[in-house]
Amino acid sequence: MRIGVVTFPGSLDDRDAQRAVRLAGAEPVALWHGDHDLNGVDALVLPGGFSYGDYLRCGAIAARSPIMSEVIDAANAGMPVLGICNGFQILVEAHLLPGGLIRNDHGDFVCRDQVLRVENTSTDWSNGFSEGEEIVIPLKNGEGGFIADQETLDRLEGEGRVVFRYVDVNPNGSLNNIAGISNERGNVVGLMPHPEHATEEGFGPDTSLAMRSGVDGLTFFTSAISALVSR
Amino acid sequence: MPTIIVEVMPKAELLDPQGKAVTGALTRLGKSQFTGVRIGKRFELTVDGPVDDALLAEVKTLADDMLANTVIEDVISISVLDEGSR
Repeated sequence: MRIGVVTFPGSLDDRDAQRAVRLAGAEPVALWHGDHDLNGVDALVLPGGFSYGDYLRCGAIAARSPIMSEVIDAANAGMPVLGICNGFQILVEAHLLPGGLIRNDHGDFVCRDQVLRVENTSTDWSNGFSEGEEIVIPLKNGEGGFIADQETLDRLEGEGRVVFRYVDVNPNGSLNNIAGISNERGNVVGLMPHPEHATEEGFGPDTSLAMRSGVDGLTFFTSAISALVSR
Repeated sequence: MPTIIVEVMPKAELLDPQGKAVTGALTRLGKSQFTGVRIGKRFELTVDGPVDDALLAEVKTLADDMLANTVIEDVISISVLDEGSR
């Protein structure tokens, strides 16, 4: 199983995402934004960071990179694609996911270990969770406020496409406490929190058991592997 | 060289945290006559050749597809800068 991680100019968490893929048991494949080649990977991660310095709008320029034409074709053909933070912003700007992400309502950058509730366990990136499970995933963003018009929100809610929702604290003013959503088919998922930062004991968020022992993020990646195996 | 101006604003119904911060600063400076500030963007596109309808149509498409994200922003105006004015 080979999972590609696309590096854009200004990506920061591409190496972390590769490491998460390896820890989950798949082979990470580094992909470059300027290529028109997915190198035969089975799934894709668009990592976090600040591609093109967030110029124009977060993810807007990266969404028009050469490799994105292949990413869009693969996503539309059913390949599992996960967008994390800036990757989520890129997916939205590429119109693979609906809505938009705007500056946090309080105006500040936020960095915290965030509780999320898993609301849809049928997507390619969440099938290893149980319905309603609460997980802790690090979150760090300045422009993570999810917005969409009422019709889009109603459709996302009605079709169960809100995959992850913020619990206790809404860190960025996202409508309906939305942390992550999927496309209709459930193969494309985007979220602002960073599952790749909660994949190895000693480096994850704190839990009630021990400091930095949280590995809830690993299930995102093992879910994609299960989804691919069961095809 | 002709310059085409594209102006983009965040949608009116959306909170504009930048504008809100500036409004707060104005209030703290005692400029309470300004009750609101909204911050948008101005693009200046320079072209070599003449500006004709086909080019303006191209700019309109570009403005809606790339310069603005119409989920969160509106294209307010597209105009051609009078060359004599600068």
